[in-house]
Amino acid sequence: MTTTTTPAPAQAKKRRPLGEWWNNLSRVQQWGVLIPLVVLVYLLPVLNPPILTTEPGYDFPIAMFEVARYALIAIGLNVVVGQAGLLDLGYVGFFAVGAYVAALFTSPESSLSKLPFLAVLPIAMAVTMIFGVVLGTPTLRLRGDYLAIVTLGFGEIVRLLADNVDPLRGNRGFQQVGHPPGTKADGTPLFTNTDGIPWYWLCVTIIILILFLVGNLERSRVGRAWVAIRDDEDAAEIMGVPTFKFKIWAFVGGAAIGGLSGALYAGQLGFVNNQKFDVVTSMLFLAAVILGGSGNKVGVILGAVVVAYIPLRFLVIAEYKYLIFGVALIVLMIFRPQGLLGARQRLLTYGRQAYQRLLGKGEQISSDNALQTESTPGSKS
Amino acid sequence: MLAAVGALSLGACAARNDSGSGNNASSQSQAAAPQAAADAADPAGDGKAQCAPTSIAYAGTINGANAALGQNILYGVQLAVDQHNKANPGCQVKLEKFDTEGTPDKAPGIVTQIVNTPSIIGVVGLPFSGESKAAGNIFNSAGLVTVTPSATNPSLSQNGWKTFFRGLGNDNTQGPAAAKFITGELKASKVCVIQDDSEYGTGLAAATIQALGDKATCQDKVKTKQTEFSAVVNKVKSENPDVVFYSGYYQEAAPFAQQLGDAGVKAKFVGPDGVKDDEFVKSAGDAAANAYFTCPCVPADQFTKFSEAYKASSGKDPGTYSPEGYDLTTILLKGIDAGKKDRAGLLDWVKNYDGQGLTKHFKWDDKGELAKTTIWTYKVENGKIVRNTEIK
Amino acid sequence: MSITHDLSSLVLTQGGEWIKFDVDSFVQQFWNNTIEGLSYGSIYALVALGYTLVYGVLKLINFAHSEVFVYGCYATWFVFYGLGFRPGATPSLGVGELVLYLGLALIAAMAVSGGTAVVLERVAYRPLRKRGAPKLVFLITAIGASFVLQQILFIWRGGNPEQSIRLLRNEEQFQIFGGSVTNITIITVVASILLMVGADMFVNRTKFGRGIRAVAQDPDTATLMGVNKERVITLTFLIGGLLAGAAALFYMMKIPQGAAYQGGFILGIKAFTAAVLGGIGNLRGALLGGLVLGVVENYGQSLFGGEWRDVVAFVLLVLILMVRPTGILGESLGKARV
Repeated sequence: MTTTTTPAPAQAKKRRPLGEWWNNLSRVQQWGVLIPLVVLVYLLPVLNPPILTTEPGYDFPIAMFEVARYALIAIGLNVVVGQAGLLDLGYVGFFAVGAYVAALFTSPESSLSKLPFLAVLPIAMAVTMIFGVVLGTPTLRLRGDYLAIVTLGFGEIVRLLADNVDPLRGNRGFQQVGHPPGTKADGTPLFTNTDGIPWYWLCVTIIILILFLVGNLERSRVGRAWVAIRDDEDAAEIMGVPTFKFKIWAFVGGAAIGGLSGALYAGQLGFVNNQKFDVVTSMLFLAAVILGGSGNKVGVILGAVVVAYIPLRFLVIAEYKYLIFGVALIVLMIFRPQGLLGARQRLLTYGRQAYQRLLGKGEQISSDNALQTESTPGSKS
Repeated sequence: MLAAVGALSLGACAARNDSGSGNNASSQSQAAAPQAAADAADPAGDGKAQCAPTSIAYAGTINGANAALGQNILYGVQLAVDQHNKANPGCQVKLEKFDTEGTPDKAPGIVTQIVNTPSIIGVVGLPFSGESKAAGNIFNSAGLVTVTPSATNPSLSQNGWKTFFRGLGNDNTQGPAAAKFITGELKASKVCVIQDDSEYGTGLAAATIQALGDKATCQDKVKTKQTEFSAVVNKVKSENPDVVFYSGYYQEAAPFAQQLGDAGVKAKFVGPDGVKDDEFVKSAGDAAANAYFTCPCVPADQFTKFSEAYKASSGKDPGTYSPEGYDLTTILLKGIDAGKKDRAGLLDWVKNYDGQGLTKHFKWDDKGELAKTTIWTYKVENGKIVRNTEIK
Repeated sequence: MSITHDLSSLVLTQGGEWIKFDVDSFVQQFWNNTIEGLSYGSIYALVALGYTLVYGVLKLINFAHSEVFVYGCYATWFVFYGLGFRPGATPSLGVGELVLYLGLALIAAMAVSGGTAVVLERVAYRPLRKRGAPKLVFLITAIGASFVLQQILFIWRGGNPEQSIRLLRNEEQFQIFGGSVTNITIITVVASILLMVGADMFVNRTKFGRGIRAVAQDPDTATLMGVNKERVITLTFLIGGLLAGAAALFYMMKIPQGAAYQGGFILGIKAFTAAVLGGIGNLRGALLGGLVLGVVENYGQSLFGGEWRDVVAFVLLVLILMVRPTGILGESLGKARV
């Protein structure tokens, strides 16, 4: 699903030829391009292309699963941050809840009844949604940065609870977390923590489903309400949008996707402990969204690829990995402040038809920095 | 699981280079250090080994916050391989290095890569228990033998992995030994056990508290990376114990011991192998003089040949677990010299191994635990860690 | 399905031990914890001022501020080291020497932290402002800058904390209601309060301070009225950095093991929490938030056990924001009295 990862123009004002070309294609033509591309994405870990590969440092199929997992997280966080404009610094908390739900219901080291892994996925989503409501109800009345610090606090509380509450086993963790059913020809399980390919395929399939879901949501009443809230909450409220309700919706929707990716993470790894749910991880999730282009779901996938893939690709220069990463974040943000693929303001519902009728082409390419209306005081001078 | 903070140590075990004779005068109770056994396995062998080019791997942390422990081990491994290759022109073994960053989520991808590299027939690692839990089954299903020089979590050997071998005693042997030392030699009747939140700290604390019984009169928990302990210090102070046992790593132990000392707590401070490090002695300042350590590691005072070679090749003094890494690598190399050229052969070799190393006698039971382990105690004298006694 | 049964057994039987209420220890240690909490709280407050000033002027969460603090810790350590002190036993110094050395360290730490903050503003944030980047982008840049500043220390000095050097033992001087007051506590609290009163006067009484308030209130109008906005922003970062440098010295006196490349992380989050607690953008709120946070987390620690300390801090934050959505005193850098 990386069709529109066009070589983005350096200047924000420039037209995007590839993007325009894409938007002017008919639905059928778009599918004609998309389907081979999706097939290619599916085949990536099998092809193991020489330049892209992370080997000999890191198993390539597992690396690809990592990337796909980050992409799923970025799509989920994008609903909260990009669509509804709620700054969430504690997204890792939802991810952790999903991972722990999967572990608690499948690991032999937990005292709960064991359930099949595939049944646990919806449970993980449901439980995380409950957490979303519990966190959202009191906090979503807060604005902007206050919301950010409260969510950051929530993420930390989840991590600390995993540490302190004895049945959650802290650093000892849960071994032998379950995996989906299915065996290979020789009778060994299909899904193991040594083979990334089935997990990658599962994850990409889920991403495609979620993309359809989120795409439709985006064009629905809910999605329009989110955009309204993002751009001006007071105006939205005055125009009759029940902002609080839709903010909760965004929060819960994002949480569910976070929980789902957490459960997949737990399943692939086969082991969950409290080590990877810290603030830094949360920041990396957010970095994927902002870097890719907050509000643009294809953009955030690209951002996730950058954030997850680069450290694995350059394992060899481990010592400078994070220095390079930090510099890359600063430089990218200076040169592409709207993200690699910024979101554009455009008509949502029936947008395609409207543009066709009015302009005779797929979409009006507005300026790339549409999201910049929400800018710092400094930008005005 | 010697995890998290890792023993950094430019020369942990400062006592390693002194001959030991000077210290005996000042402390009668100090036991003699073990001599390097005359029959300790030497990676050089007889110099006539013939083999096809083959590889062994080190998998563990190399760079990152907990890196020093991994580097201690890696330099020990590298030294053994270098000595072997220099002495045996007919048998060149390549050492492949893999950096897991010590975290459970990175390990499976890297370990999968290792088992998918056919030339690798033996692995030294993984150093930490968390990553071992996440990736141990991958080695097991590939039949690739792993020897760990520092993962001390007892449950690791309970997974039924046929390829897991531990080159030192686990936490269940150190905990009771520490309790014995605290109540016996230190004659304590009131002990405060403070643990961090690492797997190593909590596991060891549980074993120690159980062995101490009702002498463990107070307990509290701290977090890794915590630096401020006033509330715990106040609590310990009001309990007025004879001994404070800190189950964790030196990075937290140093400020904790110092803040205890400042508050006027006179209790002796006892820490396990995670605390036994020169960094602790330097960083705890005045409070270190009051400290004792327990460790499943053997005093290396007499391993002068090893220490000198290590320093010559890495530029540092050997640290905690450097000799263990060296010993375990030697076992793998001897297997290759003996004509084992595939994974099954080398696994079989380690399983049936029975021989003396620098640090101890290596012979494993069917779970991969050493048949016989030793725990030593250490103390601080004149700003250096010196050996005290062996707990028997 | 016996999930409900399982869940109750998970919570009740297995989980019976994981939280406790140690009221005895809480009562016994009440004054000790209060005094220690105030001394920590004043360090939080000094760092929190940096967050609050920058937020007040730019509406920006400067996540790299904790690294500014850490650079001050390293500066302190290097001054001690450069003066010939080494890790190990604490030297006994005369009062004159002590004041001189600590003064030198204070100047160095403030200079280094202030410099780091200004460089950070110039290199990372100013180009973004020039391009009118969205607000979230500043956050990501702050994260990137945080990585870079940390990694520079890591590559240069390694992953270990610097071995502790201290010039002064932390010794009890007198008691209040049985709670012991140490020399370092006295120095920290007195000096922090002086610095904060100074910062408050600077912002509220001087011409530069008026500029800061003007920009905080309305940057465009302030510019029209002849305020040099860029200079005000630089000045704001500088003051925040100077205060963080001072905090670094007090922190290093209390915890000589503090010079670690990731050492600012927890303190930074706590200080930020303190700033929000008091009302971000409000100078006096930062002071109040810092002290409240320091004291309450010590109470929580002695009541529930050491592992609950940070949970108590964050729960306090959530509770206060639910009751007062803009913190205890509310945000008001721009609206302060003229």
